Amino acid sequence: MELGIGAFGDANRDPATGTRTSEAQAIRNVVESIVVAEQAGLDWFGLGEHHTPEFPVSAAATVLAAAAARTSRIKLSSAVTVLSTDDPVRVYEQYSTVDAISNGRVEMIPGRGSSIESFPLFGYDLREYDQLFAEKLDLLLEVNRSPRVTWEGTTRPALHGEYVPPRAEHGPIPIWLGVGGNPGSVIRAAQLGLPMATGVLGGSAIRSSSNADLYRHAAEKFGNTPEQTLVMLGSPGFLMRDGKKARDAWWPHWHQFMKVVGEQRGFAPPTRDSYDRDTAPQGGLLIGSPEEIAERIILMHQHWGHVRQYLHIDMGGVPQKDLLHAIELFGTEVRPLVQRELGATPVDVLMGRRPAPLAASA
Amino acid sequence: MSGDARISRVAVVGAGRVGTAVARTLVDAGYCVTLSGSGDPADLELLAAVVAPGAHVAWTADAVASADLVIVSIPLHRLPTLDPSLLHGKLVVDAMNYWPPVDGRLDEFEEAAGGSSVVVQRLLAGATVVKTFNHVGYHDLEVDRRPAGHPQRLGLAVAGDSPAAVASVAELIDRIGYDPVTLPSLTDGRSLQPGGVVFGARLTAAEITLAVTRSAHDAAA
Amino acid sequence: MSNQSTPAVRREPRVTDPAPDGVHFGIGTFAFQPQEPDGSPTPGPQVIRDVIEEAVAAEQAGLDSFGIAEHYRPGMMDSAAPVILGAIAARTSTLRVGTAVTVLSTQDPVRVYNDFATLDAASGGRAQLIVGRGSAIESFPLFGFDLSDYEQLFEEKLDLLMRLLREQPVTWSGRFRPPLVDQVLEPQISPGGVPVWVGVGGSPQSVMRAARFGLPLMLGLIGGTLEHFKPLTDLYRRSLDALQQTQQPVGMHVHGYIADTDEEALERFWPVWSGTMNAEAPKRGWAPYRRERYEAEAIGGALFVGSPETVARRVASAMQTLGATRFDFVAAASRMPHTEKRDSIERFGREVVPRVRQLLAASDSNAGWPDVR
Repeated sequence: MELGIGAFGDANRDPATGTRTSEAQAIRNVVESIVVAEQAGLDWFGLGEHHTPEFPVSAAATVLAAAAARTSRIKLSSAVTVLSTDDPVRVYEQYSTVDAISNGRVEMIPGRGSSIESFPLFGYDLREYDQLFAEKLDLLLEVNRSPRVTWEGTTRPALHGEYVPPRAEHGPIPIWLGVGGNPGSVIRAAQLGLPMATGVLGGSAIRSSSNADLYRHAAEKFGNTPEQTLVMLGSPGFLMRDGKKARDAWWPHWHQFMKVVGEQRGFAPPTRDSYDRDTAPQGGLLIGSPEEIAERIILMHQHWGHVRQYLHIDMGGVPQKDLLHAIELFGTEVRPLVQRELGATPVDVLMGRRPAPLAASA
Repeated sequence: MSGDARISRVAVVGAGRVGTAVARTLVDAGYCVTLSGSGDPADLELLAAVVAPGAHVAWTADAVASADLVIVSIPLHRLPTLDPSLLHGKLVVDAMNYWPPVDGRLDEFEEAAGGSSVVVQRLLAGATVVKTFNHVGYHDLEVDRRPAGHPQRLGLAVAGDSPAAVASVAELIDRIGYDPVTLPSLTDGRSLQPGGVVFGARLTAAEITLAVTRSAHDAAA
Repeated sequence: MSNQSTPAVRREPRVTDPAPDGVHFGIGTFAFQPQEPDGSPTPGPQVIRDVIEEAVAAEQAGLDSFGIAEHYRPGMMDSAAPVILGAIAARTSTLRVGTAVTVLSTQDPVRVYNDFATLDAASGGRAQLIVGRGSAIESFPLFGFDLSDYEQLFEEKLDLLMRLLREQPVTWSGRFRPPLVDQVLEPQISPGGVPVWVGVGGSPQSVMRAARFGLPLMLGLIGGTLEHFKPLTDLYRRSLDALQQTQQPVGMHVHGYIADTDEEALERFWPVWSGTMNAEAPKRGWAPYRRERYEAEAIGGALFVGSPETVARRVASAMQTLGATRFDFVAAASRMPHTEKRDSIERFGREVVPRVRQLLAASDSNAGWPDVR
């Protein structure tokens, strides 16, 4: 089991102090978090793409490149790439460049994400979402497979064997399909023979694990290999040495985050009561002490059978020092507890890839 | 019009997150459930077997034809792809929400002063539309079920113009594990939709009643 | 700075902050795959890692900036410059990180804003851009643009980019990209914004466009003579005056090579440069490149080849001739193996630039920057 961190590059107001970090500082905070995650022994870091004042990381690959230059072991991924409103050719070029800088440590999660603000920005119609995503994913997979691509579709100009450089050094870049929980999307991941990245965003930590069963059954039906049939999970999470203190400390940030999202989407902010339910031993919010979170991940693994778990911490103006401390606890304390129980086989090995070189020349 | 009959056969149109979660709770409560999607039911067999075991799959036309109740849980912008004549004379639950970030801007829903379900009722003119399920998160629907009489049992609002139809659906809501709160008009559904007082809040029946009453009072004031 | 009085301007793009003497020296690179001693090409990903090391060496050698080009072809690894620059930013602390040039015609200015505002944040305010139409045209079919729109594409996209950098929210519509309505882009950039220069190859129309936009001018010299460019800088300055724009700095982006002696530099650079020119010749309709022309350019033209002292004297003289206050040096045609390229960058920074600064300071004709006439 690998453990990692997911981030959005949070520039929300801290509800405790009322202050808001600058957007530029939020971007530098992400780089610092990645460096600390590697030092803490974590395996993976994923960065989202958004175009809002709360989440200003609009060019994730550039931020990952900065982190690649300051790390040597941790995997670096998009989480997620909003592929529907991007050009798969440019996306590949950016991530294969980060792959070069990082000595082969890059992965990608294309998906819908929560970033719908990119649709008007790049002139796309939300109602064409399904077709946009299907076509662009098809092209991204094709560009990832072959250096010269011949392709035709309706959402981007055709390609007639143009060369798309630079080519990634160790073969195709691992691409996980980002799935929000819709069973149809789960089946699509299996149909495409792709590993699946999905999330538990609250509620029960194990209830929706039927999606993992669906994914494996579908993968079997499509004749996929075990190397193709892998699940990674992301969950909101936060750690302090004392579990109760962690839950009390994170509550105002979670409330703040959900309040902003709720205002955009018209739902009520969460109550402390529902927060307590979701942070209880079977809840989907991984907030607590290192021991509690390790237990939760082991429980989730019994249901999901996932190979990588990441925590999403930077929401609602969590102070950077608290965030870094949580990352340290997750790496130095949770990871050994989880791996003692579930083993430490790298995902690269499960994928049948050569593990990325240790201590590269970064 | 089957609103006054006890419901036993339910068609769930739309096998996404909401549809499959609703189907599971209905199967658990002993209903005969058929799931349908936009295409061939063969494509849904695996999905139903794993994610909603116990639910049948069928073409939408077949699922609807034999159902006492049809629950529509597809993205709202896809509603025009559903043939309204299939639903003629049927009791229909509108579990959908108008959500511009996902649906894109839909003018008729932007301008819906009476709430989105009033528009759905207009589009499905031959059916009797009731609004429920839309105000809870799909990931909460199963977790929050409680037996009748449990002190922490939560409420689910049921809004509709036909008292008989509302009563039938309310009975179903009770059976799956929530206290039904009946609201006498589809326009009351405004409280249940995004931006309304009940949407996304986990409330008991008494809290829902209070919130809706206050909201109506505020609107009148 | 533009003296146009535009209302509600929130940010004015800053011109690259000058060094105390007002002169700016940088490195340009193309991320070519060079040949290893055994004749095989350096693997592409290694070239990208080498470029980062060369940038680090440039900063250590006291240089002011590092710029990466943009191409989409086998043998060139610069298809995602802002990503490489992000890595460079993480390894440096004073070096300005930029492009030379960004092919704006086939980019979306919104993404260019996203990329460079993000780079500016990651680097603590060190991002800069040179935008151009691009002399290589492979990006047109790749991104589905029509070469017959060459001029209009650049004009429209430069207009949008400058609006995004100068004032938000932006409401805009044009031919080549969907309209924007009251759009604010993220991340917001540091006060002064990301400096933008217009890169031109020699077209008078392009020079006049730079003047029209009130943007500093970067001349891309691929050999040739300096005399050819003198009328262009005159045209640029007169156009700025005619348009009542504030005078802007002029920079030059040139090729060259430095060795211990002039002879050694000339001999070692000849196969590299003639190979480069002859590889481009069929694509651009150039005549085959001959030794006589090489020697003429390398001794008296716009190619800067020789010992540190020779190159320094020629750089100072060229800057004075054109009134240039920024000088970007493409070391070893970006074609030689990494170690030689890095050595050449270091010699430029440590041995040539200090001497050029001395020569310029000693000369009355250099009036300092930005008021160069």
